[in-house]
Amino acid sequence: MIAEVGAFAAVLALMLSLAQGVIGLAASRRDSRADAAAAIAQSTAVLILIAFACLITLFVRSDFTVAAVAANSHVDKPLIYKIAGAWGNHEGSMLLWCLVSALFGAIYASARGKQNLGLWSRTVGVQGLVTAGVLIYTLFLSNPFARLDPAPMQGSGLNPLLQDPALAAHPPMLYLGYVGMSIPFSLAVAALIEGKADQAWARALRPWTLLAWLCLTIGIAIGSYWAYYELGWGGWWFWDPVENASFMPWLVAAALVHSAIVTERRGSLASWTILLSIMGFGLALLGTFLVRSGVLTSVHAFAVDPQRGIAVLVLLGVAMGVGFGLYAWRAPRLAQPSGFAAISRESMLVWNNFGLAVAAGVVLIGTIYPLIVEAAGGGLISVGPPFFNATVAPLLVALFLLLPLGPMLTWRVGDARAAFIRLAPAAALALLTLIVALVSTGWRAAPAIGLAVGVWLVGGGLVYLWARVQRGEGAAMAKLAVLPLAVWSMSLAHIGAGVLTIGAIAETGFRTEQAAALEPGEGVAFAGRRVTLLEVGERDGPNYTATRANFRVDSAGGAQAVSAERRMYHTAPSPTTEVGILSSFDGDLYIALGEPVRNGGGAWAVRLYHNPLVHLIFIGALMMALGGLLSLAALARRKKAAP
Amino acid sequence: MSIIAAFLAAIAPAVLADPAQEARAQSLEREIRCVQCENEPIAQSTADIAADMRRLVRERVAAGDSDEEIRTYFRQRYGDFVLFRPPWDARTWALWGAPFLLLGMGLIGVLTIRRRPTGESEILTPEEGDR
Repeated sequence: MIAEVGAFAAVLALMLSLAQGVIGLAASRRDSRADAAAAIAQSTAVLILIAFACLITLFVRSDFTVAAVAANSHVDKPLIYKIAGAWGNHEGSMLLWCLVSALFGAIYASARGKQNLGLWSRTVGVQGLVTAGVLIYTLFLSNPFARLDPAPMQGSGLNPLLQDPALAAHPPMLYLGYVGMSIPFSLAVAALIEGKADQAWARALRPWTLLAWLCLTIGIAIGSYWAYYELGWGGWWFWDPVENASFMPWLVAAALVHSAIVTERRGSLASWTILLSIMGFGLALLGTFLVRSGVLTSVHAFAVDPQRGIAVLVLLGVAMGVGFGLYAWRAPRLAQPSGFAAISRESMLVWNNFGLAVAAGVVLIGTIYPLIVEAAGGGLISVGPPFFNATVAPLLVALFLLLPLGPMLTWRVGDARAAFIRLAPAAALALLTLIVALVSTGWRAAPAIGLAVGVWLVGGGLVYLWARVQRGEGAAMAKLAVLPLAVWSMSLAHIGAGVLTIGAIAETGFRTEQAAALEPGEGVAFAGRRVTLLEVGERDGPNYTATRANFRVDSAGGAQAVSAERRMYHTAPSPTTEVGILSSFDGDLYIALGEPVRNGGGAWAVRLYHNPLVHLIFIGALMMALGGLLSLAALARRKKAAP
Repeated sequence: MSIIAAFLAAIAPAVLADPAQEARAQSLEREIRCVQCENEPIAQSTADIAADMRRLVRERVAAGDSDEEIRTYFRQRYGDFVLFRPPWDARTWALWGAPFLLLGMGLIGVLTIRRRPTGESEILTPEEGDR
């Protein structure tokens, strides 16, 4: 019964979102129609919320007459993973996608503010059609409420790798980010229809791009951290197609966050901002669907369910066809922006967009290239970290070299000499880092350059803060307190990028690892410490049995205890690792327990890693996210201040 | 000693005595793909075949093969798919050329925007600009 209620609510939502689309698009000069579209948008969101609540109820009740529940849940699973299981599978995640899209549409529709009526109601309409398109796909090709007959006695369980608190948060965060890009898309299409993209339009765009970027940042960071402690080898980024699928929209969203500022302040770049909005949503669609349908991993996965794959391509094709088609037709009619000097804030933001967009393009080509080669009959090839590190990393280095200059320049015409003089301390510090790193690593250029660039970003951010403080009056602390939120947010995000860079370079460039066979009581010297295996025992969890090893780590700072596990979930054939991590100021000691050594007389295989400064990666990402959050707060405050 | 030897032969690849060789082996293991897994380097995978492949890398490194020779060796045995570093041949010219093409397109785009006449509209003070 619950499943039928959910399905009914979803079908009703589909009808309403189609109506929202038609009425919203037709409303340009009639207030009553625009209001109707907004009311429909809110009803759609409520209906999908009901459908989603039904799905969660089905998972909590372990109702195995529903196919999605039977395939992804299990009676023994802890409650939180039963709930998270509702969106931890293809069907449920598609419904989540629709839910977020409808909710964002409803929120956008609830606050018109000072926006042009036609632009506003058409945006609501386009958003309705986006929701409708994904709902059609969900209901007809991946219905989460489909029944199963005969129903199995027990479900097949959720992949144990995914039974982790981070899983409960990681996909919804990414979805908020992916779907967050749908509002900029709707705004862009509406602007093209209206033939108008002015500063008020850019003002409406900014909070949504910020929100999408913020959620993508948090989602990617959680996923990366999860991979770091769950996969058992300390990897936090591998240029995996699935990772790239979230990185591409992130790059475009980051570019959009910056270009929208130019459009709002100066009215320029409107056409480019629209194009970015369309591409960002295209990449978000590509990310969600291609990951979900497994197309990216291999062409063969495509053949497993060709209907779904083709439907995905149709949806993507329609959205991008409409977007780019309208763009080609209408963009030339948009007001031509005024230019700016080579040395100016605008110019720096254009270079920022250049770097981010080219990086996104390179990641896109590298990600889909194996598919193209295979489809063309060229056999199987892999495009992995060596390609992306050789292409994207230098681009980011160039981008980061320019970054601290941007905030130091004024709009329209900037003074490069003054900016360079102010930035001199940061440059000196970066140069010093470069030399010290080069000498101490025996002239390894890549990590030294990376570290120096990270220091340059952090230093540049601090110089900017200091420059803004000096401009105020009164005591330094008082000046710091009255700095605008926007200044804080920008500094924090840029310094965060530097901190992340330092962490990433330190981890990839200077990590050490060692394999050892240890009997209980035996120790091994590693990374300036002594790691001793104390004992190995068995332990029962709620739905798994674990082999748990306790270690003692002796270092100059004293002795510490840490344990690592191998878990055998009742429903899965292969074991998973729960690593032991001992964090200290200089990085993580990371211990993964292997298997007992055959003929080893009670010895266990143990892998030890030392990951220097690895926590800076996650701290840096957090700082960037916090910067985004502050920026959102600044926009909200400004909106209140200027009604 | 025999216990250790059995361990090395059975499960974990030998830690090479020369740190430079060990570092090379570790970096090679990160760019060789486990042929049985979804998308994992052999450095990461827990599959048996990955352990075999790791041992193979270490044997070749210890025997004095260069990185390129080891890559070729794996490619001949398992195909191009096994290397995360795409080969340089007719199939991948477009791949390796793409970044340069994109850079060129981007540069043209930036120059086009820059060429437009500078508007003589209002000039923002820095304070306004940073709001």
